[in-house]
Formats: sequence, structure tokens, C-alpha cells
Amino acid sequence: MNTTAVLTNTTTQAPTLRKRPALTPARIGVYGLLISSAAFFLIPLYVMITTSLKPMEEIRLGNLFALPMHASFDAWVQAWSSACTGLNCEGIQVGFWNSVKIVLPSTAISIFFGALNGYALSFWRVKWAGWLFGILMFGAFVPYQVMIYPLVRTLANMHLFGTLPGIILIHTVFGMPVMTLLFRNYYAGVPVELFKAARIDGGGFWRIFFQLMLPMSLPIIAVAVIMQLTAIWNDFLFGLVFAGRENLPMTVQLNNVINSTTGERLYNVNMAATILTSLVPLTIYLLSGRWFVRGISAGAVKG
Amino acid sequence: MASTTLPGPSPRAARARRPWRSLGAQIALLPMAATVLFVYVGTLLWSMRISVSSSKVFPRDDFIGLTQYQRLFETERWNISLNHLVIFGVLFIGACLILGFLLAVFLDQRVRGEDVLRTIFLYPYAMSFVATGLVWQWMLNPQLGIQATVRAMGFPDFKFEWIVDQNMVLYTIVIAAVWQASGLVMAVLLAGLRGVDESLWHAARIDGVPRWRYYLSIVMPQLTPAFGTAFVLLSISVVKVFDVVVAMTQGGPGDASEVPAKFIMDNLFNRANIGLASAASTVMLLTVLALLLPWWYARAVQARKEGQR
Repeated sequence: MNTTAVLTNTTTQAPTLRKRPALTPARIGVYGLLISSAAFFLIPLYVMITTSLKPMEEIRLGNLFALPMHASFDAWVQAWSSACTGLNCEGIQVGFWNSVKIVLPSTAISIFFGALNGYALSFWRVKWAGWLFGILMFGAFVPYQVMIYPLVRTLANMHLFGTLPGIILIHTVFGMPVMTLLFRNYYAGVPVELFKAARIDGGGFWRIFFQLMLPMSLPIIAVAVIMQLTAIWNDFLFGLVFAGRENLPMTVQLNNVINSTTGERLYNVNMAATILTSLVPLTIYLLSGRWFVRGISAGAVKG
Repeated sequence: MASTTLPGPSPRAARARRPWRSLGAQIALLPMAATVLFVYVGTLLWSMRISVSSSKVFPRDDFIGLTQYQRLFETERWNISLNHLVIFGVLFIGACLILGFLLAVFLDQRVRGEDVLRTIFLYPYAMSFVATGLVWQWMLNPQLGIQATVRAMGFPDFKFEWIVDQNMVLYTIVIAAVWQASGLVMAVLLAGLRGVDESLWHAARIDGVPRWRYYLSIVMPQLTPAFGTAFVLLSISVVKVFDVVVAMTQGGPGDASEVPAKFIMDNLFNRANIGLASAASTVMLLTVLALLLPWWYARAVQARKEGQR
């Protein structure tokens, strides 16, 4: 009710184009709502950071929002190098490196196939390609649980279950719908005359792809890299099922560290581990800005 | 912006611009063909096949009709999880759409620091659901979290222990999920708002239309495609909801926050009930299809209309 009142009041003044309206009570209401929402969004981050900097004695006092009296990064060091999952006490760094090993190849390979598919679909005539693409798009919506058991069996038969190549293959396969869509849409905007000129110059399928299309695709490749890095880094389900004990990604290890501890829970270490796990996607997000948003709207089918 | 990137029926013009055939193109599309056939079609058929067999620990080749489905809907845990999914879905989607819309409209008022605010509203979306679940688990912890803090501030009778309360725990997951995903709705709707013709507002203002009425009656209908995109995105994530529950409550206390995706995973890997799990996953698939088909149909109809013009 408040908000409608605020909006009604803004009509009494005349907002001119370009210029910001003067600071009326209505404007203050707008800012009030925006700032309180910003607080709602920021509080968990604040709590995460302050908790991770407090020693356990301070945490036991039970004041969630208090600033740390004796801030230290001890919990971060412990989370990184000596936090335990079960009997294994090597810290979350193990998961970090596993995630790096999974994310980098998966990102590169899935983007390569996305670009290749998008290019072939946009410029070349291949029988059934339309049908295949349609089913691929449908695949983006299928709940993963339907596919998991058959995939586990198939990968086990191929001796890929619980291996690094196995999980990379899984990410490539599940990244394919969005990546293909992204590049197909991008190439649809490329003038066909350019492609025809390359054909007349005698370019074949692969030559046009590698020497003309890929170099032209840098902006969309950047979007794709942002999308895939974030999505694969944040993946939990596939890592849990397919990566195997040796390659558990950081998200899975984080969950294990926090939800399987016996004895006293070290909340500061837990929060430090959570921050460390989120640091990679958050950094990507903050650095990429509007590109990230572009990826969201392009990846809208992914869900 | 969002809607243009979604797959629609390919325009007729596209056929004319692809006159080229090549062996290279066919070879290049082989990995995609293999993915589609083996992963997206093959596994679905395989799962459906298992769902009509008596498989327990290992898959069996027998055929027992719809017995697994019957068993499924006689399993209390499954029915509870479906019930939770409906409650979660309605609240989560509703709250995300309302909050996301308000944020987008308010950000659209030429406010100072728009970029900073937008960054703040969207950053949770960059985090993993696991991290989100763990942070909220910590804040809602009755011994040391918000409850303890408010009590220490001089309200010793303050109670906020939803996360350990069987009747309330589901709502804590809604809060965490809304916190993570409403920024996405804001981003999608803001892109839509920027596409609304500014002169409409000038015309409306001359006619004496109040600003809220302008947003409700003129802007909202124009945002229908953006709302549709946001709705579909949110619905899909509702059906898939798994990570945040595992991280936050592990389905508990008891089965008070059990969800279908977790039910399926438990039966696949911990309870050796492959047949039952496959039946459950087939039900999930059909649910998604039931959500998608009307949306796709509407888009196809709309695309045809535009094609005729």
C-alpha cells in the first residue's frame, strides 16, 4: 500500500527528461525502499564476513551482527588448509583445485562445441539439424534426475564414472543446449554476405569457422566464459554424483565440511569456507558487470 | 531482450540463408547428434523403461506395468515432498515476481547509484545454492543466530526458530531461495522496462493517469514476455530444487522439508530403489512438460501472428 502511495505522489511533480527529479517525500520513499532492500540483500554477506573473522569465544556470545572485537584471518587459514571432511583434514583447498581442474576444461570444451554447433546450424544446411536443435532445447528443461541413473551406468561401462574426464564430459553435455543457443543467436546476426564472400574465396567449412567466425565471436565468447565458469563452479549435483571421491568439487566439499562435522561446530571456519567457495563466482560477477546480465538473459532457457 | 534470445520457431528467412551443404558441417554436428540421441532421448527412454520394471538395487528387465507409480503415490514421503513443492513453488515464484518487479520499477525511477544497487540485488544469484543454504542455516540457527541476537538485545522471549520447527522450516527455504533469485527477476524485468516507450508515460500524464496506474495498466501488459521468461525460469528451478535443501536442512527436521529431487536422489543412491526413483523422475519430467507446453504453444502462436504481418 505504501508503495502505491509513493508512486502516486511522484505524479504531482514534473519529471523532466534526463534530469533527476527533485528530492520530494515520494523520492525519499523510493530511496527508502531501495535501501532497505539493499540491506536485506547485503546482511547475509555481512554476517558471513564478520563471523569468519571472529574467534569462537566471540561467536558464542550470540551477537550475530556485532563487528568482530579481535578480527583475524585464522579461520580462513584453517578453512583453506586444515578443515576436516570425515577423517580427511586437508582443508577446502583440495576442493578448490579439483574445481579448477573441472571448470577450466569443461568451460573450454563446452564453448568450443557451442560455437561449432551454432555456426553449423546458422550457415549450413544439414538434414535433421532443425529437429536435433529442437530436442536439444527441450533437453535444457528436463529435470536432471531423470537422466542421472542411466548416465551413471553408461559412464561406468565406459570406465569414466568417478573420473575427471567423466565429470568434464557431463558438464560439456549439459552445457551444450545453452551454449549452442547462445552462438546460434549470435551468428544469426552476422550478415550472410560476409559468409558468402568467404565461400566465393574458396573457404571450406572448417576454414571459415576457425579463421573468420571464431575471431569474430570474441564478445559472445566472453559472455559464454562468464556463464560457464559461474555455472560449473556452482554446480553441486553433478559433482556429487559423477566426480568421484578424488575429484569432489569445492561446493560438494564445502557441504561435507559443514554438514558432517562431529563435535563442536566451528562456525567461523564454516563461514570462511563458504566465502572462499563463493569468491570465484563473486569475483567474476563483480568484474564482468553488464556482461553477466547479458549471459543471464541469453541463458534464460537454462534455469 | 530476454525474449528475443529464446528459441522460437525458426523464421522462414533462415532457410534461404543456409543454401550450403558440406560434409564438414555434417561431421561437425555429430557430437551434438550423439548428445541429443544418447543423453537427451536415450536416458529418458531408459528411465521410463526402468520405471515399469521391478528394479531395486539392480535394474531388471521384467515388466510390471504401473505398479511402481502406484507404490510411489502410496509412499507418504513422496506425497509430502510433492505437497512441499507446491507450497514452496507458489510462495517462491510469487515472492520473487513481486519483489523483482518492485525492485525493477523503483530502480527505473532514475535513482542515484543505480549501478551499485543493481549489483547488490543480483550478487546472490552469482553464488551457489549450497553457499546460500549454508549462510541462511547459520543466520537462522536458534542458538547463535538471529533469535539469540534479538534476545541479547533485551527481548528474552523472542522466538524465531523456524529452521528447527517442522511446520515452519519450509518457509526458511523460501526466504533463502527468494534472497538468491529475486535479483534475477529484477534483471529480466528491468531489461523489459527499458524497452517500454517513454512517450507513453508523457501521454498518460497529460491524461492525468497516476504513476502507479501507469505501471499497472500500461507497463505491466507490455512486460508480459519478460514476466513469462521469469516465470518459466523460476518454475524450472522449483522443480529442480535440491542443493539449497541439502545444504540448509537436509530435508529435515524429519521429512518437514523433503522435496521430490531429493527423494529421487535418496532412492537412487541410498535406498536402492531404482524402479521407484525412476517412476518419480518420470513424474517430474511430465510436470515440467505440462508447464512448458502452454508456454511454447503461446510463443509459436505469437510467432505465427508476427510472421503474417
